[in-house]
Amino acid sequence: MRDVAIVAFAQTRHTDHDTGLAEHELIHPVISEVKELTGLKRFGFTCSGSCDYLAGAPFSFVSALDALAAWPPISESHVEMDGAWALYEAWVRLQHGDIDSALVYGFGKSSLGDLRTIMTLQLDPYYLAPLGLDQLSYAALQAAAVGADRQELDEIVRRSRADGRSNPYALDLPEPDGDDFAVQPLRKTDVPPITDGAAAIVLATGDLAGRLHPNPAWIRGIAHRTEPHYLGLRELARSASAADAARAAGVTKGPVEVAELHAQFPHEEIILRQALELGGDTVINPSGGPLAANPVMAAGLVRIGEAARRIHDGTASRTVAHAASGPCLQQNLVTVLEA
Amino acid sequence: MGNRCAVIGVGQTHYTTKRRDVSIAGLVREAALRALEDAGLTFKDIDAVVIGKAPDLFEGVMMPEAYLADALGAAGKPMMRVHTAGSVGGSTALVGASLIQGGVHERVLVVAFEKQSESNATWALSTHLPFSASLVVGAGGYFAPHIREYMRRSGAPGHIGTLVAVKDRLNALKNPYAHLKIPGIDQKMVESTPMLWEPIRYLETCPSSDGACAIVLSSESAATGTPAWVHGTAMRSEPIFRAGRDTVSPQAGKDCAADVYRQAGIADPRRQIDVAEVYVPFSWYEPMWLENLGFAAEGEGWKLTESGATALDGDTPWNASGGVLSSNPIGASGLIRFAEAALQVRGMAGEHQVDGARTALGHAYGGGAQFFAMWIVGRERP
Repeated sequence: MRDVAIVAFAQTRHTDHDTGLAEHELIHPVISEVKELTGLKRFGFTCSGSCDYLAGAPFSFVSALDALAAWPPISESHVEMDGAWALYEAWVRLQHGDIDSALVYGFGKSSLGDLRTIMTLQLDPYYLAPLGLDQLSYAALQAAAVGADRQELDEIVRRSRADGRSNPYALDLPEPDGDDFAVQPLRKTDVPPITDGAAAIVLATGDLAGRLHPNPAWIRGIAHRTEPHYLGLRELARSASAADAARAAGVTKGPVEVAELHAQFPHEEIILRQALELGGDTVINPSGGPLAANPVMAAGLVRIGEAARRIHDGTASRTVAHAASGPCLQQNLVTVLEA
Repeated sequence: MGNRCAVIGVGQTHYTTKRRDVSIAGLVREAALRALEDAGLTFKDIDAVVIGKAPDLFEGVMMPEAYLADALGAAGKPMMRVHTAGSVGGSTALVGASLIQGGVHERVLVVAFEKQSESNATWALSTHLPFSASLVVGAGGYFAPHIREYMRRSGAPGHIGTLVAVKDRLNALKNPYAHLKIPGIDQKMVESTPMLWEPIRYLETCPSSDGACAIVLSSESAATGTPAWVHGTAMRSEPIFRAGRDTVSPQAGKDCAADVYRQAGIADPRRQIDVAEVYVPFSWYEPMWLENLGFAAEGEGWKLTESGATALDGDTPWNASGGVLSSNPIGASGLIRFAEAALQVRGMAGEHQVDGARTALGHAYGGGAQFFAMWIVGRERP
């Protein structure tokens, strides 16, 4: 495999409400920032991730393209998934050997609709969606299957929110308190905040990466796997697909100093720590993770960016990022980054 | 451009207005199983699945790849979802090819679909973001002014669109999977149909179809059967809103063609490409794309159409399968172009086979004629 590194990362200061910016207005500043950081104005390939259902309109990514100033025309693609998969597509494209840079971005505004209900439409349209099972309900099914210790879950939420408060891009959420349930056994404080935001990453190969950043975050492994859709066909307390992806990406080939996990609920962090075989000395989600800011469709890409940032600033030499898609962690993507 | 990649299997469903007998999952599985059968393989032999479709709002299922993982044998494997508007079928094939060319996988299943009967695509296409007035209804409303501008610039006579509509429907009569089979189709019949969006008449536009298409892609070492080799792949996009953008002959289309021709060593597309499957959802897009893709000089595309050169027995056949005008499961339409191009160079296109086809173009476009995906496939190894 060709050496590819993350050489720039930018994200919006995510908000828990609609600031009035359209999606392309969210994207423009982060694209400009990574262009400035790298000095690159054109890229060999561009790929984005988003979801029409968040905007409530088909082809919402089309106006996003206007934010890029894609002129002269660019080589570009889009995944209707989290931007983490857009990064994967770009990484694959860079393996061909004929281009040396790629721009990746992801964006979403969950504030525009009722996210919990919208996610219902992701389920099998004939048998599951008509039941009206919303996102919190199916997450609660998984939380019940995990049967985690309440104190451990509380600690994850407390830690995530505290880390989020010291992250200028995440939300300022108070110390969790109250025992109110959202859907049993999920408490209201276990639920990730509705968040609007965007993120952008620049990938570069070999020599170019070294010229663009003094500490490039090299992608040493990247893999993703899916599982059956039907919750009844899965062992919900575990994530076989995250474990497979982690093995394929080579997570355990060295110590992991920092892991950024796309865990939207505290029980998901427990499942993922086990699937990725992360040791007790791995720092989990120092950014605060999705429990402190959850810009849907960018949240997975933000994990990769945050994991890269630790290498860029020299505070870590080996980090792992995880992104998820589908109900109850159906799909998982794992990236291993090294200095 | 990376490792060699081949199409070793093609599977299609019979395109039709309504497939009431299958779910969306049943539809895609039907195409996938046919592609696997063609390749002499099973789901077990597949390393990854790439799925493409046009907007999720068409069927009302958000990110349907999650639900379709089971039906496509993707459990335990990587699965990706591509969405690049109308060009998505082509882009999906290119993402699949990229996984082979980049050396990541040996065999990839690529599937694209649309089940338009479970939706109302024209309505979904007419939804605009708040604060921007929608002055058009459906894709035809958007593209009709571009066609009128083409006619003004080129001086093309009004019957050219009719010729394409007849030619593609005659080809469709030879394609067992085609949706529209209109016996006795002729110019008079097309001209007698209602005007939908001046100058586009009812029979000059594509149908709404249910259908899926699948291909199996492989590396050189994993190839089976009769491969169609990928000689070039390219995608290009440009913004929908830009002062001076030429929507009649978009720069992104020209650049995409130039890139894919360069990779495949094509200097004269009309002479060197034996058959082209080009995304023509409205009949007038044939002369327009003949120029955009360099088969004819600017303003000359309609003359090529009028001369019969693009007919099945012409010297540069376009849409031997009947094209998008005869079958349009939107999300799959681009992949069908790419798959039909592969069938032609494999010599497996049946009654609509172009004799001796060795090099073929697959083309797709989408959005406001701003997204392009193309590939060149050939009988010989590149």
